[in-house]
Amino acid sequence: MTDLASLAITLAQAPAGKPLTALWIIVGYMALLMVLGGASTFFFRGTSKDYFVASRSIGPFLLLMSVFGTTMTGFALVGSSAKSFEHGIGVYGLMASWSGLIHSAVFFLVGIRLWAIGKRYNYMTQVQFFRDRFNSESIGYLLFPILVALVIPYLLVGIIAACKTMLPITRGMFPEMFASTNGAVPPWLTGLVVCGVVLFYVFFGGVRSAAWANTFQTVVFMIMGVVTFYMISDALGGLKSATQTVLDSPAGAHTAREGLIGQPHFFSYLLIPLSVGMFPHLFQHWLTARSAKTFRLTVVAHPLFIAIVWVPCVLVGMWAAGQFAAGNLAMPTTQPGELVISSPEQQKKGFSMTDGLIKAKPNGQPVMVEAKPAEGADETGEKKMVPVPAEGKKVVANGALGRMVAFLVANPVLIGLLTAGILAAIMSSLDSQFVCLGTMFTNDIVVRMTSKDRFSDKQLVWISRIFVVGVVALSYALSMALLNTNVFDLGVWCFSGFASLFPLVFAAIYWKRTTRAGAFACVIVTVLTWLAFFIDDIFLKQDAVLGSVHGGEYLVAGVMPVTFIFLASVVTLVVVSLLTKPLPSETVDRFFFSKTSK
Amino acid sequence: MPDVSDSTRVAPKVIFIVAIVMALLHQDSWFWDNRALVLGFLPIGLFYHACFSVAAGVLWACTVKFAWPDKIEAWADEFDDAPQSTPTPASADSAGDGEGGAA
Repeated sequence: MTDLASLAITLAQAPAGKPLTALWIIVGYMALLMVLGGASTFFFRGTSKDYFVASRSIGPFLLLMSVFGTTMTGFALVGSSAKSFEHGIGVYGLMASWSGLIHSAVFFLVGIRLWAIGKRYNYMTQVQFFRDRFNSESIGYLLFPILVALVIPYLLVGIIAACKTMLPITRGMFPEMFASTNGAVPPWLTGLVVCGVVLFYVFFGGVRSAAWANTFQTVVFMIMGVVTFYMISDALGGLKSATQTVLDSPAGAHTAREGLIGQPHFFSYLLIPLSVGMFPHLFQHWLTARSAKTFRLTVVAHPLFIAIVWVPCVLVGMWAAGQFAAGNLAMPTTQPGELVISSPEQQKKGFSMTDGLIKAKPNGQPVMVEAKPAEGADETGEKKMVPVPAEGKKVVANGALGRMVAFLVANPVLIGLLTAGILAAIMSSLDSQFVCLGTMFTNDIVVRMTSKDRFSDKQLVWISRIFVVGVVALSYALSMALLNTNVFDLGVWCFSGFASLFPLVFAAIYWKRTTRAGAFACVIVTVLTWLAFFIDDIFLKQDAVLGSVHGGEYLVAGVMPVTFIFLASVVTLVVVSLLTKPLPSETVDRFFFSKTSK
Repeated sequence: MPDVSDSTRVAPKVIFIVAIVMALLHQDSWFWDNRALVLGFLPIGLFYHACFSVAAGVLWACTVKFAWPDKIEAWADEFDDAPQSTPTPASADSAGDGEGGAA
């Protein structure tokens, strides 16, 4: 509450500058979220089971919305349009339609079984399941740091994305108070408010509050995506006119895939959505389900929900590419505050946006576009941006959606609502990740290293709350420290890591012959293979020896590196399991319902 | 005429085959360089994959209708509110299963 109060005071004291309409809408959204989160705590039963898994009482609609909200980050709105700006409509097939097929398959094949196992043996975390399945303490201590290490960068990406979303929206609002950010709400304050609001509701209500808040946030970002799409298409003269501009521009290739996405790359993306099978925060949401039947709506509606969010965003990104290529839309660059526009020379000769870098053609002379110098402020109080020729500049594709809204709609109410939608998508993942890490530290470390009988149920809730506060504080500090580094590159690596561990969970519930040694070898080989490619991409960069960057994406032999990590994981698991002695049937049979059910 | 138990045995196999076919149909190389528009605004490649998402929804609707694991509910409820049955730190990793040697 303190965060919101301090922001309200800041707003009240703000000197006259750019209108604060958009910011007020965002503040209103945050307040609503806190009220909803607070209301959900009235249903909190005070037990650790309620705090960790909502007493396994969540119904079909809440499960669908919380699972969808958790899997869709801010990337669903901002990243999808940005990727479409760079790579065209193929991005939908690459990421969205694969996810529609694979996510639901994982929910059905893995989620329901893990829910049943979790309910039968009263599990709260993945690590508890793996420890029992392989009758091994050590597998838990091996997996715990890996899962935490993969969740934390994913979490940081969310906080940093929220901070960066607020900067351009609020630029010019507080010119004296926040002079260093050109009058924008500084990242430290945005991060503090976002973390503070999420902490407020998960601290008191645990995963139940996260599920309620996720439902509200999912509704908000789905509606805002569709509304934004309608208003942008209307401003472009309708759907047909908007797409025709792209076809007539040098970015016409964005309406297909040739030259923008390779076929092996496209196919290899099918492995990435398998990551949902190993997300610890999704595991926890699965455990909240009231019954197995609760999953039915999630399994069926998930692909449709993905289409509802992604199709409009991909179209907006493609339209932005067309508008930019036609010289109608200025785009931000890596230089803060700089906007660039494609020159008539570029438009005549054509250019590539596949690297996010506008490549000047040989002999293509830059042509200055006519623009007024920045003098004072315009009628909105914002200093005018002077677009410069785009040749040789690196365009920030993540600005595609924001620029389209600002340039074409220029409605502060819509900008405020869209920003609230983006924050909703980000926060609906953050809350689950915070609760999940608190749950894991409590159950997998504290309880494990002592004894469950040592703590009362209430004490367990409070231990978890303390861990949640610690995780939020650490995440906030790390995100501020890494604010100006490109942690976004880590996102796909987190997904690759989780996806490559998927064979472990799949084998654990479907292949009795999986042995403890096989599980250990699988995890260790996955980590080592992952590290080899990760170091090659992130640290060696241009000197990479295993792969190379194509169209902004690190590929190995034309496919995603997850292909090789996944393959290494599967082969190791199978070979080592077959070479080692099976676990005794009394250990294994407990996890295979078909044999023991009546 | 097949009885209910026959259909519950057949359905998962049919769904598995359909899912594999869908995974293959995802690779729509025939639309790779096609810039045609559907309804005058939707690139055909995007239209195809939007339809693919709807088809995925239909596939999973058929799955929950015809291949639902009915027994799992009862199995999960068998030990309702069971205490955690994890091995003790001292006994795990070394106890009883003879793990580690070559088969």
